[in-house]
Amino acid sequence: MAVTVGEYDNTFETPGKRAPLVVGDHDFASVTEAVCNVNERPMREMPLIWYVLFGIAVALTGVLFGSIGYLFLTGVGVWGVKNPAGWGFAIINFVFWVGIGHAGTLISAILFLFRQTWRTAINRFAEAMTIFAVICALIFPGIHVGRVWVVYWMLPLPNQMAMWPQFRSPLLWDVFAVNTYFTVSLLFWYVGLIPDLATLRDRASGFRKWAYGLFALGWTGAARHWHRYERAYLILAALSTPLVLSVHSVVSFDFAVSQVPGWHTTIFPPYFVAGAIFSGFAMVLTLAIPTRALFNMKDIITLRHIENMNKIILLTGTLVGYAYAMEFFIAWYGQNPNEKFIFIARAFGPYAWAYWTMISCNVIFPQLFWFKAIRTNIAITFVISLLVNVGMWFERYVIVITSLSQDFLPSSWDYYWPTTLDWLTFIGSFGLFFTLFLLFIRFLPMIAIAEIKGVMPQARAGHDQADGGH
Amino acid sequence: MATIPAEATEPAGTREGILRGMLVEFDTPGQLIAAANRVREAGYKRFDAHSPFPIHGIDEAVGIRMTILPWIVMAGGMFGLLNGLFLQWYTNAVDAESLSLIPTFLQGYNYLVSGKPYFSLPANIPVIFELTILLSAIAAVIGMLVLNNLPLFYNPVFNVARFRKVTDDKFFLVVDARDSKFDARATDELLSGLGGTAVEPILEYPSPSALPRPFLTLGVIVTLVALIPPALIWKAWVSKSSKPRIHIIQDMDNQAKFKDQRASVLFADGRSMRPPVPGTVARGDLQHDDHFFRGIVGEAWSTTFPLHKLPVDDALLDRGQQRFGVYCAPCHGLTGDGQGLVNQRAIELGGAWVPPANLHEAQYRERALGHLFNTISNGIRSMPQYGDAIPPADRWAIVAYVRALQRSQFATIDDVPAAERAQMPSAARPAEATEE
Ligand code: HEC
Repeated sequence: MAVTVGEYDNTFETPGKRAPLVVGDHDFASVTEAVCNVNERPMREMPLIWYVLFGIAVALTGVLFGSIGYLFLTGVGVWGVKNPAGWGFAIINFVFWVGIGHAGTLISAILFLFRQTWRTAINRFAEAMTIFAVICALIFPGIHVGRVWVVYWMLPLPNQMAMWPQFRSPLLWDVFAVNTYFTVSLLFWYVGLIPDLATLRDRASGFRKWAYGLFALGWTGAARHWHRYERAYLILAALSTPLVLSVHSVVSFDFAVSQVPGWHTTIFPPYFVAGAIFSGFAMVLTLAIPTRALFNMKDIITLRHIENMNKIILLTGTLVGYAYAMEFFIAWYGQNPNEKFIFIARAFGPYAWAYWTMISCNVIFPQLFWFKAIRTNIAITFVISLLVNVGMWFERYVIVITSLSQDFLPSSWDYYWPTTLDWLTFIGSFGLFFTLFLLFIRFLPMIAIAEIKGVMPQARAGHDQADGGH
Repeated sequence: MATIPAEATEPAGTREGILRGMLVEFDTPGQLIAAANRVREAGYKRFDAHSPFPIHGIDEAVGIRMTILPWIVMAGGMFGLLNGLFLQWYTNAVDAESLSLIPTFLQGYNYLVSGKPYFSLPANIPVIFELTILLSAIAAVIGMLVLNNLPLFYNPVFNVARFRKVTDDKFFLVVDARDSKFDARATDELLSGLGGTAVEPILEYPSPSALPRPFLTLGVIVTLVALIPPALIWKAWVSKSSKPRIHIIQDMDNQAKFKDQRASVLFADGRSMRPPVPGTVARGDLQHDDHFFRGIVGEAWSTTFPLHKLPVDDALLDRGQQRFGVYCAPCHGLTGDGQGLVNQRAIELGGAWVPPANLHEAQYRERALGHLFNTISNGIRSMPQYGDAIPPADRWAIVAYVRALQRSQFATIDDVPAAERAQMPSAARPAEATEE
């Protein structure tokens, strides 16, 4: 068994040498062992904290479905949405969760295309996070429509009413974008899982062997298979890259295509995409930091990975800050009185508390990552990642609520108050997210085993020429 | 389903296996590449190198040519693109009238939104883009699996116990017995000389493990249970019932309220509508002025306007013109000649049609004012009534305007005030010209 080294600082560059992606004295077998261990150990050996978190998460999932059931039986009047703010928590939460998902695809697709091999340690569970976040996201517009039983009207299904969707509406583009995003992310994730499921199959017996075997599809690791597999993976990465950029752009069209002051701006698509990646990386860190500590993955998800992610947070956080500033600039430069009014109201009006929460969490705190000491400090990183999650939720709150509750007609202005049920549904969605995530950690390899092996020095064929058998 | 590789290699000698191939095991990827090169050079074609992760440089060693997968993906993407284009054009921008042969549930139609063009590419690009990506991705995954001949749950190579390390840390070269050069002894010799850690035959046993009994039982039970709902639906479909159908989704269809003309247990007379209290008249319902409300004076149609209620002045005529334009012009035309749009359309369509009266005909010009008023209020012959849509004062305004219209078509120079006759161009005064 290999020697593990715990918190080893591999963030320094030695000129002429590659910083190792896997630290400690690992070989192929010990990597397999380290990752599969979490899936293979008996239930009673799962850490207590896993049980505690799982219990809480399942309870919250119950709260989510309970609130949704109550909503269906009673109607959307149980929420705080009313005139003039007809969009409330449901849309905020939708945008929040879709945004979270983006980091997963960025890591798995864009970093893959840029040959950032450090991604292999975190891509699997970032992708899992994407899928679970998109599931949470899809729930909200679904329950937001009011009459859920006709929600299929959003799809172009032949029907006796000869009724078709209105294809020029951004809300419909959203249906296509988010569903495509979910499907493609799921395919991407599953294709990545196939070799690792085969690993689990080959180590298991009994029912587990049957179940993993079913999903491993009879994978044997043949070179011909790998050849087409790698092609398919590359193509999926190339497809996901424009897709992920398009998804949050389309989500931003929901706002930007309307005439509402504060929404009707061309900066929205890039600004939303940057914000999505920003929040997604924060969520990856929020999940990765406890997971690596709990399951002894510090050799694989190393300090260098954390530092790299912090750098991306710094970059995207700064982009988001730039977008905030630019919105104000255009509000002044454009000389549109409504636009000007709404931005001043955001910063100093009734929702100023939300605005400044957003600014401090998204713009101020991430700037601390300019310092390497902070970037490589796990505890501070964890706290900042939580703050960014909070800040990004408030960003959507500010966008949706401030613009709507102070519309063109001052006589209709009203303060938006979410109801208890709004809060329960929102908190419940975290329950669903974490339930799925904890189950994933338990039953699927949370690290892409085959990919990790591929980036280890032993994998390079030239490496063993000297001691090889020929 | 015989999904699973057998638990372990059958003990040699207990059962006679069929030789399906031969494998050799290595510890490092470098050895595997070297071995693959040797085997390929020895003339073998049906062999493959198995490894826990993709190895750089193995493609040339095994002799793998570039896959056609990208073309499959392109075909999928093109299909998605054209599909997105067609879907949006067909459902939102097609003239429905030309589609009478197509069943209703497949008909698209011209979908007018805020007066924008029916088909405008920029607004259609997002959906086209998403469908292109979706179909490409599905093509990539399905294409990869099909080309790889997966899923393949039963594979004789799984009978070799050591092969299970192929997904962990060992590297294998597998030669298929179907290769034309395959020969149990010669191949064994070749593989043994490659420096691997072990060489082993791949044997297949006559009866591959059958479906385990619990799965069989479970499968039967699940199938039977799954048949219950369709059976119930079928039963409901073929049988008759006097009960109202189940109304699961209410959509506010049933509300606790009283409707007109319905029975009610609440009131002694059993009606839900309430008659007015005897001896009272509702506000605005008192219409005892026959002249104003019915156009009758004494026993005959009135020939005068109800001047005690409204003055006949410019304001009344303006109002009358405006109302006439709304209520009468569609049929009678803006000049009252009976050539309104409704009439034109009806003639275009053909068939039986009573044209609206030309209000300038003598008989209509001679009608009493009260008669005109009554025509509007209650309709006449084929003309529907407008009394419930137009209040009495407006009806009088229209009557005044109709009279003005009729006058306009039969005006003589005497109708023009003497002071203004001089301004009229002579061409417009044929009557005057003959007089002079
Ligand atoms: C739906 C079409 C339609 C509209 C609208 C309509 N009419 Fe008529 N009207 C007719 C037709 C048709 C007749 C001829 C009825 C017949 O001869 O059977 C007619 C006849 C008449 C006559 C001659 C009736 C008589 O015999 O004295 C008058 C006057 C008249 N309309 C006035 C009006 C005025 C004023 C309005 C507007 C309030 C009006 N109509 C709106 C269709 C219309």
